[in-house]
Amino acid sequence: MAADTSPSRGPIVSPSFTGATTEHKATRWTLTLIAVSFLLLVIVLPLVSVFAEALSKGFATYLAALIEPDAMSAIRLTLTVTIIAVPMNIVFGVAAAWAIAKFEFKGKALLTTLIDLPFSVSPVISGLVYVLLFGAGSVLGPWLKAHGVEILFAVPGIVLATIFVTFPFVARELIPLMQEQGTTDEEAALSLGASGWQTFRFVTLPNIKWGLLYGVLLCNARAMGEFGAVSVVSGRIRGATTTLPLHIEILYNEYNVVAAFAVASLLALLALLTLGLKAAMEWRYGAEIAAATRH
Amino acid sequence: MTSIGLAGGWRIKQPSVIPGFGLALGFTLTYLSLIILLPLAGVVWRTASLGWSGFWAIALDERTVSALKTSFGTSLVAAAINVPFGVLVAWVLTRYRFPGRRILDAIVDLPFALPTAVAGIALTALYAPNGWIGGLLAPLGIKVAYTPLGIVIALIFIGLPFVVRTVQPVMEELSRESEEAAATLGANRWQTVRRVILPGLMPAILTGFALALARAVGEYGSVIFIAGNIPYVSEIAPLLIVIRLQEFNYAGATAVAAAMLIVSFAMLLAINLIQAWSRRRYGYGG
Repeated sequence: MAADTSPSRGPIVSPSFTGATTEHKATRWTLTLIAVSFLLLVIVLPLVSVFAEALSKGFATYLAALIEPDAMSAIRLTLTVTIIAVPMNIVFGVAAAWAIAKFEFKGKALLTTLIDLPFSVSPVISGLVYVLLFGAGSVLGPWLKAHGVEILFAVPGIVLATIFVTFPFVARELIPLMQEQGTTDEEAALSLGASGWQTFRFVTLPNIKWGLLYGVLLCNARAMGEFGAVSVVSGRIRGATTTLPLHIEILYNEYNVVAAFAVASLLALLALLTLGLKAAMEWRYGAEIAAATRH
Repeated sequence: MTSIGLAGGWRIKQPSVIPGFGLALGFTLTYLSLIILLPLAGVVWRTASLGWSGFWAIALDERTVSALKTSFGTSLVAAAINVPFGVLVAWVLTRYRFPGRRILDAIVDLPFALPTAVAGIALTALYAPNGWIGGLLAPLGIKVAYTPLGIVIALIFIGLPFVVRTVQPVMEELSRESEEAAATLGANRWQTVRRVILPGLMPAILTGFALALARAVGEYGSVIFIAGNIPYVSEIAPLLIVIRLQEFNYAGATAVAAAMLIVSFAMLLAINLIQAWSRRRYGYGG
């Protein structure tokens, strides 16, 4: 790939011809400078500012904002929601990919499109659908109230909204990967007498493990950071239904900016960790993550 | 073995020795219906119960129209800015080698990984009149935070990786031969870029633009902090849904949501058409 960038390829190439398949050195430097400055301005600077603001009143203030009871309860709730939502979407993702990639059936294209649906719906609408389904004035609302079941403005609603927005991540990663791998490995295992479960456990799972992990990583990052959908269904009861992103919003609106950025820095660290793992996996296991670069 | 035979040999599934089709598809359809389809159908049902005139009365209400205009207008501007810069970033990352390239390549995905609320308060702090960038612009009389310009800044942040990550893989697979052929036929570098490289990238660029636009229209978390949220000026459609819900005006919230969904699905359809067209024309999807 880099071979062509050397300006001369032999004595017969005249210097005036160097611009044939690459740009002038000056052009290359200018374009690189513009692109790097743009990335620094648009992406790196906001990230840096999170940590700068968080530590602007010193480390003691920073730490105090993190161990304060409301922050701890937000951390606990975020972890609880993620621990429920992510495994559910893993099971769904594997089942959907198994059905779509290993079999030919009618309506497959439609099913694949429907799985992608949550990506094209605004997070606020993802929350709204559950308000319409379970809220006062809905069909289910009065029945739930009569039976003392709390979904909206409680943890189950937050879990549902999180599952909705993170729904496609694992499936989207596994479907192209498993389609590419085909069915020959599984057929060989079955013909050698393996049961269906053994085939999945010892043949399919090792084949897809990196793609699966990659999908889980992205699903997890989104589940912990979801804001729009969760804010609609949460009701923002302090210490009870505020996840980390909602806790940030509350602190920020109370002009407690340093504390807001301190909590935000936790999520920024999580994002950096996700990016680091993602880059490492793409670099090391690129071929086994298939079409992963499409995110 | 698990194939569902129907009359006349027409069947839903082709025969296969692999087990688990019924279980996998059954679970997939049940889960999909319960989590996604049934709740979304609720929006359609609620909208339908408003009646045709009831829906239009809310959808064409002055504040709703203004919020939709703000959302789509700022999203269009942000996506239009992201196209040239996103293509440039993809070009520099694929074609040139310089120190720190790998790290920059990884950091392009930050807007995917950073929670939107964090991005929102960080951008607000930067562009507020006393912020690092806002402080530089304030003496020039440019206000960014708490104006529609601030919304555009947030949407540029959110949309950039969509353009870069759609264009980059296609750029990596462009054949060098056609560039060499153009050069031997006497084209200068600019002519080669404009007439040979850009046309090949066009479907990917259009797809990236559409994806960035679609994401920007629904964006909430990163926008509401920097927007200032002044009705008729810097109030976006998703925020109007939240406001209507807080007023317990479910009909109003539903109508705005339905209007947004209609436009979003139209855009999703457009993306699929572009991809289908580019597969026919160039042999790959964007």
